[in-house]
Amino acid sequence: MSGETDLWTVSVIVGLALITVLTRSLFFISSRPWQLPRWAQRGLQYAPIAAMAAVIVPELVMTQGQFIQGWQDARIFAAVAGAAWFLTHRAQRQAVLGTIVAGMFVYLPLHLGWGW
Amino acid sequence: MFWRPAFFRHPEYRVGALDALGAAPGLAAWALMTGVAMVNSGLSTFESVLMGLIVFAGSSQLAAIPLIAAGAPMWVVLAAGFCVNLRFVVFSAHMRPYMMHLPLRERLLTGYLMTDLSYVQFTRRHPQPGGEPQQLLAQQAYLAGNCGLNWVSWQSFTMLGIVLAGLIPAKWGLGFAGIMALLGVMFSLASSPLRWVSAGVAGAAAVVAFALPFKLNILVAIAAAVAMSLLLEAVHQARSASSESGA
Repeated sequence: MSGETDLWTVSVIVGLALITVLTRSLFFISSRPWQLPRWAQRGLQYAPIAAMAAVIVPELVMTQGQFIQGWQDARIFAAVAGAAWFLTHRAQRQAVLGTIVAGMFVYLPLHLGWGW
Repeated sequence: MFWRPAFFRHPEYRVGALDALGAAPGLAAWALMTGVAMVNSGLSTFESVLMGLIVFAGSSQLAAIPLIAAGAPMWVVLAAGFCVNLRFVVFSAHMRPYMMHLPLRERLLTGYLMTDLSYVQFTRRHPQPGGEPQQLLAQQAYLAGNCGLNWVSWQSFTMLGIVLAGLIPAKWGLGFAGIMALLGVMFSLASSPLRWVSAGVAGAAAVVAFALPFKLNILVAIAAAVAMSLLLEAVHQARSASSESGA
């Protein structure tokens, strides 16, 4: 065990947990009959892939808020390896697992060995 | 709820769990590094365990810990957590038609346990909200399997990270496995040209808007991608309508 526990921090943590529930449920808390407009329902079909890309792309091409300079970056090679694995094994049940393994197989040696 | 035997026995329970299992090593690496980060930011062991167990939202935890360490006012920490989580509000709008047959308590519990991964894998497997009772059961069983496995895996590795905090330097870059998991999941969603456009627009917008605080670039990117996809869809429909009437 380390550190001292204080009531203020515990209250903040409980507050953050409530915010997790609130934000993840916001649109289905009220049971009043109500529907999203048709265009919004169609548009939301594009939200999942957009959310994934929005998280991934900055993590691949940016370092501390700046666009990366040059190509000697382990993340780029790992992403290419992961993408190549997925696209050649997409029919398999666990293609996502293979993507992780292939990506890290390239990333770790380049990052830890070469320091890219 | 999640522990109903009717869910465990349903084939969709297994499908949901297997989908989550494929991405689990990547998210486990993220959970591990989140556990490490909580302890290294100065949270006590008890506070770290509590935060991991009940907050259950990696990006919101990572946004909150430097603010807590800096002694920011409570409303600032909570507002930061809320902003980082705004993407879930969009997801909840998408999930509403899947959820409204459940009583409020179960809706809140399901929402609480639904991470980004469970949301995207669920809507991929079940693109349309169920109407028949069998469909609703299948969808709930999928969620139970997917969210359940994800929860156990995330929590175990968060706790491992808390225990091993001193031994795993962030510079090893293990958390990158989480990005590789999402990369695979993203490709599995790319089932039409417009979805590729959505991914491209979102990726570019997230980079351009990166300077926004509290990860709001992600929300901007989702909005831009959805708007662009709808626009292109409308243009495409107008074109095919006019070519039909012209011929």
